Amino acid sequence: MSNLVGIEYNRVTNVTSTDFPGHQPGDHSWDIEKFKDSFDINITNISDGVATFDLIHIDTSIANAFRRIMIAEVPSVAAETVYVFMNTSFIQDEVLAQRIGLIPLKVDPDQLSWVDKTIDENDRYTEDNTIVLSLNVSCSKNSNSKSSNDPKEMYKNSHVYAKDLKFEPQGIQQEKFKDSPVVPTNPDILLAKLRPGQEISLRAHCILGIGSDHAKFSPVATASYRLLPVINIKEPITGELAKKFKKCFPPGVIDINSKGEAYVKDARKDTVSREVLRHSEFDGKVSLGRQRDYFIFNVESTGAMSPEEIFFKSVRVLKNKAEYLRACPINQ
Amino acid sequence: MSTETNNNNTIDDVIEDQKEEDQKEETLDLDKIKLLPGSSEDGTSASFQILEEDHTLGNALRYIIMKNPEVEFCGYSIPHPSENKLNIRIQTYGNISAVEALHQGLDNLCELCCVIEDKFAEKLKEGNYSNIDP
Repeated sequence: MSNLVGIEYNRVTNVTSTDFPGHQPGDHSWDIEKFKDSFDINITNISDGVATFDLIHIDTSIANAFRRIMIAEVPSVAAETVYVFMNTSFIQDEVLAQRIGLIPLKVDPDQLSWVDKTIDENDRYTEDNTIVLSLNVSCSKNSNSKSSNDPKEMYKNSHVYAKDLKFEPQGIQQEKFKDSPVVPTNPDILLAKLRPGQEISLRAHCILGIGSDHAKFSPVATASYRLLPVINIKEPITGELAKKFKKCFPPGVIDINSKGEAYVKDARKDTVSREVLRHSEFDGKVSLGRQRDYFIFNVESTGAMSPEEIFFKSVRVLKNKAEYLRACPINQ
Repeated sequence: MSTETNNNNTIDDVIEDQKEEDQKEETLDLDKIKLLPGSSEDGTSASFQILEEDHTLGNALRYIIMKNPEVEFCGYSIPHPSENKLNIRIQTYGNISAVEALHQGLDNLCELCCVIEDKFAEKLKEGNYSNIDP
């Protein structure tokens, strides 16, 4: 059986992998050397917050484990407790606290240790595991403003943004975060709106956490994969038909050569919309599919870590899980 | 060029940090995994229950254990979606015990992660990629 998932007009075929011993002819037992030779990674793009890379010749169960871990189990830092001293704005304390929690912070999670939940609440938070941010804004009339309807000109501090959160280094943090003070990764997230006389004064404690506990701790905005599309032209498609064939796919997927014959230029760009299968003139001339062991990952970071670092950590998390379970005694 | 070296530095730092972490003594959870009723007397087939794990480990472990030629059957289930429990069943052809098959599977999974980690670090060092948003 090939490792091609068939895509037909109303169904998908050959979805499950069958490369197990005793399932089909050939040796399919686990062999690390064989895996080393066949497995490949192809990094296409790494920019500021986004990475695209291919994992080739690997099973879905493993690729999916990395995707799940990146979303839910790689630790990152977010505001967990918000102490509100004064809030006379329209937005309620609990809503404001939730908004502050969701702001991605630029802080290396390796700099903090885990909060021990077994310790008494008063002694739980220390300079090693907690980052303190404070927000102190009050709105007033802007006496210099000319007659304008824009609240930003009429009042001072009418809009409270994420950048207004100020880092308060505690103890050794002064030294530790000297070169990289804690700031929100996106300074222009709107937190609240104020009118003259209103003020907000609060302090937020930020700690380490994982995405399965709360989505605010997830280090990725998105982490997803798709399988590489495969387009197989079985019979030559020429002339006017070739032009129509080309239009059935997104731009750049199909091109027409000098003989007027359609050929697959870049199947990777295909969205597998199956448009081509709706036209009876292409019946039997083309088959669509996806390569089951070719994963095109797209990882978008929230900004605290680089996307490649997040993937690295996900591999480490899976490895640690296996190692830890290996060491645990089995209770009868 | 400067961005590339930065990337490599951060990755090296991560590896270094984690090596240090590995050396720390871990305290083991004695209730993490237990044997469920319904195992054969010779130990060649057995079910285990693992706490605080989900499909992430369950499916990956199932795959790697099924890759073992000595294993006749391996399957897993999450008995209830709101309980963090993972049940895994292993039946072997009789040459090894179910516990051995589980341990071999976990070892293989570790090896696999090492290969992926090394490969990714190698490809990052090569730096054969664009730095512009697609």
